[in-house]
Amino acid sequence: MTDNTNTNQIDPFQKQKNKEELKKHLISFALMIVFTVIAFVIVASESMEKMFVIPLIIIMAVVQVGFQFYYFMHLKERGHEMPAVMIYGGVWCALLTLAALGVITWW
Amino acid sequence: MSQDHSLNPETMPNEPEKATLEGKNKFLGLWFFLGGETVLFASLFGTYLALRNSAADGPTSEELFGLGLVFLMTILLLTSSLTSVYAMYHMKNNNFKKMQVWLGITALLGIAFLTCEIYEFTHYITEYGFTFRSSAFGSAFYTLVGFHGGHVTFGLFWLIGLMIRNAKRGLNLYNAPKFNTFSLYWHFIDVVWVFIFTVVYLMGKVG
Repeated sequence: MTDNTNTNQIDPFQKQKNKEELKKHLISFALMIVFTVIAFVIVASESMEKMFVIPLIIIMAVVQVGFQFYYFMHLKERGHEMPAVMIYGGVWCALLTLAALGVITWW
Repeated sequence: MSQDHSLNPETMPNEPEKATLEGKNKFLGLWFFLGGETVLFASLFGTYLALRNSAADGPTSEELFGLGLVFLMTILLLTSSLTSVYAMYHMKNNNFKKMQVWLGITALLGIAFLTCEIYEFTHYITEYGFTFRSSAFGSAFYTLVGFHGGHVTFGLFWLIGLMIRNAKRGLNLYNAPKFNTFSLYWHFIDVVWVFIFTVVYLMGKVG
């Protein structure tokens, strides 16, 4: 059966690499938390004008999502060309959908 | 399964989730699926954006939303994204027990998130009488946020199913891709939530 799977047989070089990878993940997690807190503080404090707040929080959301895709979901790594094609294809369709719905509503 | 040594090698490869053809296909297939999910959520977001001010005589977004609970939910889901990163880290180091522990924490955080969401919806319905039928805003809100909540629920069943089914099997090249596809899906759920808290709640508060 599968009794040999908990032995940690992994070469030290790879283990070190995984560890460095994890460190990068922790940094991106911290940055994501920071972006989230900033967005909530800006809105809760009502210190800025509506015209600036909305673009600003949307940009911060996009940056945060970039961290998710490129670090947490490993899109930055080798061999992720097809996933990138698929997700950007999806994003492109998403933008078209939003544009179309926006145009029929507000034009 | 027990005779198949190609799936239970003496030393695990560096990327157990992509070491088999099946694993590679699952990985690509999930990304393809996520591309489609992006479009699904985009149409729901588009609908919400178009209808978010059509509150009829019902409560508006500024009256309804409380940022405290939304912030808590955001932190819960964001942290669960990190714990699933930890689970995948232990998967790559071939440490099944630690992977299960971190997946368990991920599941608990997901359940906590879902509990908050259910509380939020009941609060809106009982305190404000704000339902799916209150206004166009109500329909669009519950559809978008509810769809995301449904994805979280589905993800939780998926995760718990994986954990229980493989509890005695241990980590091998057959199930490593399954854990990895789940973790990608879970990150994507967090991606959608980032846009929900920005577009629905924060923009709803700004007006």
